Amino acid sequence: MLALLGDYTLQTVALGAIILGVASGALGSFAVLRRQSLLGDALSHAALPGVALGFLIAGGRALPALLAGALATGVAAALTITLLQRRSRLKSDAAIGIALSVYFAVGVVLLSVVQRSAGAGQAGLETFLFGQAAAILRSDLGLMAGVATAALVLLVALWKEFELTSFDPVFAASLGLPVALLDAVMTAMIALAVVLGLQMVGVVLMSAMIVAPAVAARQWTNRLGLMVLLAAVFAALSGVLGALASASARGLATGPLIVLTLTVWTAISLTFAPNRGFVAAARRRRRVRHALRDRQVLALLDELAERHDDPNYASEQGLLDGYLGVKSGAALRALHEAGLVEQVRHRPEEGVHWRLTDAGREALAEPGHGVEAAHP
Amino acid sequence: MNALFASIPFTIIATGALVAVAASLLGTFLVLRRESLATDAIGHAIVAGIVLVWLATGLTSGPVQLLGAALAGVATVLLANALTRSRRMQNDAAIGLVFPAMFSLGVLLLNLFARQVHIDAHTVLLGEIGFVWLDTVNVLGVQVPDAMVWLGLVTLVNLAFVTAFFKELELGTFDAAQAAAFGFAPGLLGVALLTLTSVTAVASFDAVGVVLFVAFAIVPPAAAYLLSDRLHRVLLIASGIGIASSVLGYFVAVAWDVSIGGMMAVMTGVFLAGALAFGPRYGIVAQAVRRRGEREVGENRALAVHLCQHEADPDVGEENVLEALRGHLRWPDAKARAVVARCIDQGWVKRDGRVLTLTDRGRSAAREILRPGG
Repeated sequence: MLALLGDYTLQTVALGAIILGVASGALGSFAVLRRQSLLGDALSHAALPGVALGFLIAGGRALPALLAGALATGVAAALTITLLQRRSRLKSDAAIGIALSVYFAVGVVLLSVVQRSAGAGQAGLETFLFGQAAAILRSDLGLMAGVATAALVLLVALWKEFELTSFDPVFAASLGLPVALLDAVMTAMIALAVVLGLQMVGVVLMSAMIVAPAVAARQWTNRLGLMVLLAAVFAALSGVLGALASASARGLATGPLIVLTLTVWTAISLTFAPNRGFVAAARRRRRVRHALRDRQVLALLDELAERHDDPNYASEQGLLDGYLGVKSGAALRALHEAGLVEQVRHRPEEGVHWRLTDAGREALAEPGHGVEAAHP
Repeated sequence: MNALFASIPFTIIATGALVAVAASLLGTFLVLRRESLATDAIGHAIVAGIVLVWLATGLTSGPVQLLGAALAGVATVLLANALTRSRRMQNDAAIGLVFPAMFSLGVLLLNLFARQVHIDAHTVLLGEIGFVWLDTVNVLGVQVPDAMVWLGLVTLVNLAFVTAFFKELELGTFDAAQAAAFGFAPGLLGVALLTLTSVTAVASFDAVGVVLFVAFAIVPPAAAYLLSDRLHRVLLIASGIGIASSVLGYFVAVAWDVSIGGMMAVMTGVFLAGALAFGPRYGIVAQAVRRRGEREVGENRALAVHLCQHEADPDVGEENVLEALRGHLRWPDAKARAVVARCIDQGWVKRDGRVLTLTDRGRSAAREILRPGG
């Protein structure tokens, strides 16, 4: 893998993947937090007619023209969604689905025009469907880096404003912030991130580059700044891995490889992240359940002792099972280890008997504490 | 019959129409249930299903392929729902996370095994409705395109489903809580809806690809929803728009020599734009006209009340003249002239020299406002 990095083409691909990842990860975080994940989906599908238009107008595969076209139709699709939501009785899901599919259909029609008029030279546009890392030229990197830097500088400059409008638009408006304008700028920037990735990931899968890094990053932190940073790093790393894998194997589209890498990492994040991860959550639930069960056993032992007017009264384990309706063995073993109960054997032929220790009585008197100590 | 099915334009148009009708029957409910984007997720996810079923069974068409691939679509939606319920992400992010992953898997498998499967990644996205007539089967002595047979069957199944469960679907769509209280199992019906959508997507896949399927499934119902409030009428109008889009799309595409499937989908968008602009009740034009009409009536009534209140005044010659409206009603001159002209046209007001007087009609309108019912 390291030897591959010396290769000129692969260096270009890796750099492109990093630029794209940083931009889409950072801006995607806002899209996801603002519940606009599927806007990225609509914007990326809607880029297709723009790419074809750019090709037809420029008369060839000139990257600036293609990207400008994609940005224009992406923004047009965003406006269409807004129009449908505000001026019709259709809800946001239908508005997004309509914009996504109809703009894409226009793109399919224009693509057939390009194919007819450009003949063999049209091959360049097919890569925009699924992405082809190898199609990126060193000369493209400058444009990509420039666009990404501009977007990130704007993001940092207006950080406070974006943070506030994303989390509490009503409060932001009450402070006099131009919420509608900030929303429009953010949408345009997300469209920009989508456009950056078209060449490498393709119009269909670009939405994953917006959503997945943000979802993965969200699992590791509750802080916006860190989330944006992590999302950028995750997206860039997945981009590099996927792009290099695709460039070193023949016939594998780059977009799917990058997206699958990203998805695997997102699944790992969802499963193993501290606090929010599924494993951590399951462990937390188990700890609470055990603490509750142990407390029940202690309380039962205490009550039985009280009823017999004998603080040292020892209850038979089978009797405890009967009262609790479940087996108490595991709980008793855990409590025994923590020194909260002790075993008493009257006669060999009788079952095991248990009674509270002084520490057990103390733990019981202290609500919510002590018992959990058995399950650190 | 043979001549009809041998006609290439007929088979192409009929295939498009079948896709549109089969998908719109279900899409109507998805749009109303705010689940439109399930079509997007399902459409992309079935690619993986199609390739996986092929790898497992070697079948590229038929009922096993149809149902097997459809499972992938259903699984994707259910997985997205489960992720939403886990509260680790919002519903939109869950959809946006799961279906690209499934689609990536599908495309990658295609890249690896493309030579053996009948589809390539390009067809997956765009469909090839122009070539549906290539594969035919013999049905009762008539050579019918493969795709039409399966699409016809799926359309019938969808129609039967919607007809048989119309009441349950209607209640489940508009009032899920009450449907549950009646024991209609809206959850189960929702899964049935998704399963059929998935099957329809698989059957439509060769003809229109995964993205255009979204257009066929939700754009005609959305347009119909802008035109009618009655559920059965929305279903009928949506089917009509779907058929009309297929016919128009075909002829426009042939005339301009562009992608047929793409143009059919564009036509659904044209119908939607038409409904949005010119719908009789919810259209933007109709709303503007209605708002304007309401404003005009309000102005007429304001003028009538003003004239009525000063009718008996000694200074009626000062109050009930055009120039006084500027001060009393704060109307600019141009507006005052327009309102007076309109009220004269409509027979509420007469001009008597400089003084404006109410007609009986105008006076009774003003009295109705000042003393309702009196």
